[in-house]
Amino acid sequence: MNQFNYLHPASTDQAVSSASSDGSKFIAGGTTLVDLMKLYVENPSTLVDVNDLPLAQVESLPNGGLRVGAMVRNSDLAFHPTVKEKYAVLSEALLSGASPQLRNMATTGGNLLQRTRCPYFRDVTAGPCNKRNPGTGCSAIDGFNRTMAILGTSDHCIATHPSDMDVAMTALEALIFIEGPKGKRSVPINDFYKLPGDTPHIENVLEPGELITHVEIPPAISTKQHYLKLRDRASYEFALASAAVVARVEGGHIHSVRIAMGGVGTRPWRAHEAEAVLTGKPATPAHFQAAAEAALRGAKPHTENAFKVELAKRCVIRALKVATA
Amino acid sequence: MPDAALYTPTAIIGSELPRIDGPLKTSGTAMYAADYHFPHLVHGVPVTSTVAAGKIRSIDTSAAEKMPGVLLVITHDNVGPLFRMAPGGHDGRTSESRPPLEDDIVRYWGQYVAMVVAETIEQAQIAAHAIKVDYDPSSFNVSKVLDDSPTEELPLHTESKRGDAISAFASAPVKIDQTYVTPAETHNPMEMHATVAVWNNPKFTLYETTQGVMNHQHVMAETLGVPRENIQVITRFLGSGFGGKLFPWPHSALAAAAARQLNRPVKVSTNRQMMFQNVGHRPRTQQHMQFSATPDGKLVSLRHDYRNHTNLGDDIHENCGEATPFIYSVPNLLLTSALVRRNVGTPTPMRGPGAVPGLFAVESAMDELAIALKMDPVEFRLKNDTLTDESNGKPFSSRHLKECLQLGSEKFGWSKRNPKVGSMCKPGDPDVILGWGVAAASWGAGHGPCQASVALLNDGTARVSCGTQDVGTGTYTIFAQIVSDRTGIPIDKVRVVIGDSALPPGPTSGGSTCTATVLPAIAEATDNAIKVALATAATAKDSPFHGKKPDGLAFHEARVHLEDRPASTGTPYQQLLKMANIDAANGEGSTSALNSNPEARKYSTHSFGAQFIEVEWDPGIARLRVSRVVSVIDGGRMINKKTAENQILGAVVMGIGMGMLEETIYTPKTGQPLNSNYADYMVPTHADSPSIEVHFIEYPDPILGEYGARGIGEIGLAGVAPAITAAVYHATGVRVRELPVRIERLMQSTVQV
Repeated sequence: MNQFNYLHPASTDQAVSSASSDGSKFIAGGTTLVDLMKLYVENPSTLVDVNDLPLAQVESLPNGGLRVGAMVRNSDLAFHPTVKEKYAVLSEALLSGASPQLRNMATTGGNLLQRTRCPYFRDVTAGPCNKRNPGTGCSAIDGFNRTMAILGTSDHCIATHPSDMDVAMTALEALIFIEGPKGKRSVPINDFYKLPGDTPHIENVLEPGELITHVEIPPAISTKQHYLKLRDRASYEFALASAAVVARVEGGHIHSVRIAMGGVGTRPWRAHEAEAVLTGKPATPAHFQAAAEAALRGAKPHTENAFKVELAKRCVIRALKVATA
Repeated sequence: MPDAALYTPTAIIGSELPRIDGPLKTSGTAMYAADYHFPHLVHGVPVTSTVAAGKIRSIDTSAAEKMPGVLLVITHDNVGPLFRMAPGGHDGRTSESRPPLEDDIVRYWGQYVAMVVAETIEQAQIAAHAIKVDYDPSSFNVSKVLDDSPTEELPLHTESKRGDAISAFASAPVKIDQTYVTPAETHNPMEMHATVAVWNNPKFTLYETTQGVMNHQHVMAETLGVPRENIQVITRFLGSGFGGKLFPWPHSALAAAAARQLNRPVKVSTNRQMMFQNVGHRPRTQQHMQFSATPDGKLVSLRHDYRNHTNLGDDIHENCGEATPFIYSVPNLLLTSALVRRNVGTPTPMRGPGAVPGLFAVESAMDELAIALKMDPVEFRLKNDTLTDESNGKPFSSRHLKECLQLGSEKFGWSKRNPKVGSMCKPGDPDVILGWGVAAASWGAGHGPCQASVALLNDGTARVSCGTQDVGTGTYTIFAQIVSDRTGIPIDKVRVVIGDSALPPGPTSGGSTCTATVLPAIAEATDNAIKVALATAATAKDSPFHGKKPDGLAFHEARVHLEDRPASTGTPYQQLLKMANIDAANGEGSTSALNSNPEARKYSTHSFGAQFIEVEWDPGIARLRVSRVVSVIDGGRMINKKTAENQILGAVVMGIGMGMLEETIYTPKTGQPLNSNYADYMVPTHADSPSIEVHFIEYPDPILGEYGARGIGEIGLAGVAPAITAAVYHATGVRVRELPVRIERLMQSTVQV
């Protein structure tokens, strides 16, 4: 990797001001960033280490929600008693990702910024990539695209968002808290990610120097939750399709439901259309099927990933079945 | 059954002795090649081509050369003399015949085009990244379709023929006619290839990741143009190889060349990406099968026409017809092969080379023919079993395929199988369909020449040495077992010294022949050392056996005793050696190649096996997993049951990878292996490893020596993939003829729970 400056600020304020210069990056667990630096995909001039900032707490909120510090490790979050009890979908999603070693390093804030596994993005010798080198083109569209996205794609990028945690966070409608040179703000997770459009290198609403400090997860609408991840092998693989479901069922009918999908979108994919189909309906296979159809209505497959449309439907149907059982 | 003497060993043979090198490995103290460090050691980082074909116009090294710590940039302009192997006459085998940087032509993506040497690995890496290579790219071919017509340069070979397979097939009542494809696979041992080259004029010491220290020495002597005695190759431990480390790869010559130029030790290690580019792979195969049978299930004809891809400079033949001519009784057979060229790195043997992809086609075709015959696939195979190798008329030295199939059926519960597709549900899980499949396995048996030395030392220990190496399979342990078996010296007092080309010449660890090769040499060396000990006992002045005839003495339980008295009445051998002021009783032993033995030439020597596999198919979520395996192996005597079982367990897991996950993807646009990392090129994880039951059918094979051990490294992988696809068909009704099985193919299944 290239040489870089290394800063180790003692406070969030200091971190934010240190990272305002061009070419600066925050480093938390480093499980994505260091990889990409070794591959010369990321070439930061300065790394601002946020590992020692006081952002590693998980705290219950007066409204019954949960506040999760950006530096809370994936393992700690997955096994936190409140998460296991009230946000099982999040715990399941976290534990379906990566490996124990990686989960021990990866952080909540870092995972929200996890970058795609598109092989053309991750290899600087693999030809054009609009995400890596804006304006050069997309090698995946008519290249190897079996694992690429079918929702939210553009003519410029079809890279899949790889995270599991973010899919569960999306179904749980988490709120992301940010501190930056211009002050503090919060963004609902569904407004945090950007579609690739013609600027696939811009993946979210963070401005230069802005740091995710924590996430607030509101009280879940129900403890009937499930995260289902489908992939070729049983572990250590990114999702071909995944679904996070939180469902409130009353008298056999779906009172309300939150559905998010992973492995199929260019960002964590909230399936509002599917939710609308289900709301107020009996929890039956026919309605699950209708919801799945609605969720994938806008899907746009490429040469090798058409199966993902059907796979994602089956994933949503099974996740609904398990969550509502 | 051949008429040859078998020896009755002590209980240490066939025991479940844990590997003696285990503690070194689990404590991190075993020294692997890249672990070696020396004063003034520097690091070489290769630069690899980013085109699949072309000519190097220029290499701009100016920026790199100015970077901190950079000592040397090697290109084809300044690499110095690196030679090709002379054709014929030599007894070493290299991998890529072109020495690195020989010319300015690029023939595959990832070919070495330069190497930077710097004081630290980080400095070398960043400088390597700063090298700018300007290419004049040319067209290339990485097509997956291997339909190229045979040429004068790459002709069609008829490998085996009997009867008239073409006309017999044409008129046969029941037949199948299908093409099967196996993809390029990458070996991916955990330990990546590495060389630490130390130049001490005029001698090179190479710390290597090799499955053959002797072969590596021979090849590097020719490559570097130095006498053999000036090359010493050391591989004390290997983080596995799977065939990928059988023959030297170009990084070894680059490390040596740099060490010679700089007069400093140089370490070169491939990274994971390079593992997919320039250190070999199992080549893609395309196999056309025409099988026919009578309505009652007797094979009428077998035709097997296959091709495999090879690279531009080497003719690497993947011997897919390894088992075809003899695995079943059939009067009409035709086996042909051809090579096609692609812009890929040099292919190289990978566990069960040829036979493993070949048996995917043979056993898949057998399964399809059994279904066409409406016959049970186990019954069909039993009906066509034979004890004669019909390709040459010789009897098998020891063939028990029938018992493998029968025992496997019993252990697996095959009789409970309902042959109807999709008819079996997982007990307790109505969402999941079970599929059961079976396949036969075969792998050749033999041994090469070998020498070994044994010393019975006067401190009560023994030392056994041989210029072979332990790939991680248990070679260290079986050496100690043999010496202990014959002397009664406890295992923990036997020191095994291997992994050094300066030792008595030993075999490459390949072809599952290492065990069969070393055993006779160790046994003879031990017996000769015992003779010396007995002679010492008979002559030493203070010996209780002074004046006795050595013939009347025996050596058991680490004691010399009168042959007609129990060992407990004897004297510890170390006392006798001390009395005579002798350091050690030394013995030498050797094995000659199996084919030099006239008795052995009367037989066909192979191992056999049967794989029974259950898959779980959850159509609701298109999830396929292997859930149960019974593997029955007929491999002669097992010297160590634990390491033997480990071999089969690992091979079966590898077979799950071959069947369901592994494929090296060369992109049509650039020709590069795109999924060149452990996340994108998938092998099974622990979570993918199901319950695997291993059974050995132990008939010691006397043709392979008095211990009757054949070797088992590869047989466990044979048959796994076709048993998986047979099980997948049984569950889904979808026949997968191109590996790996992908769920998108199975989603076409109309079978429902």
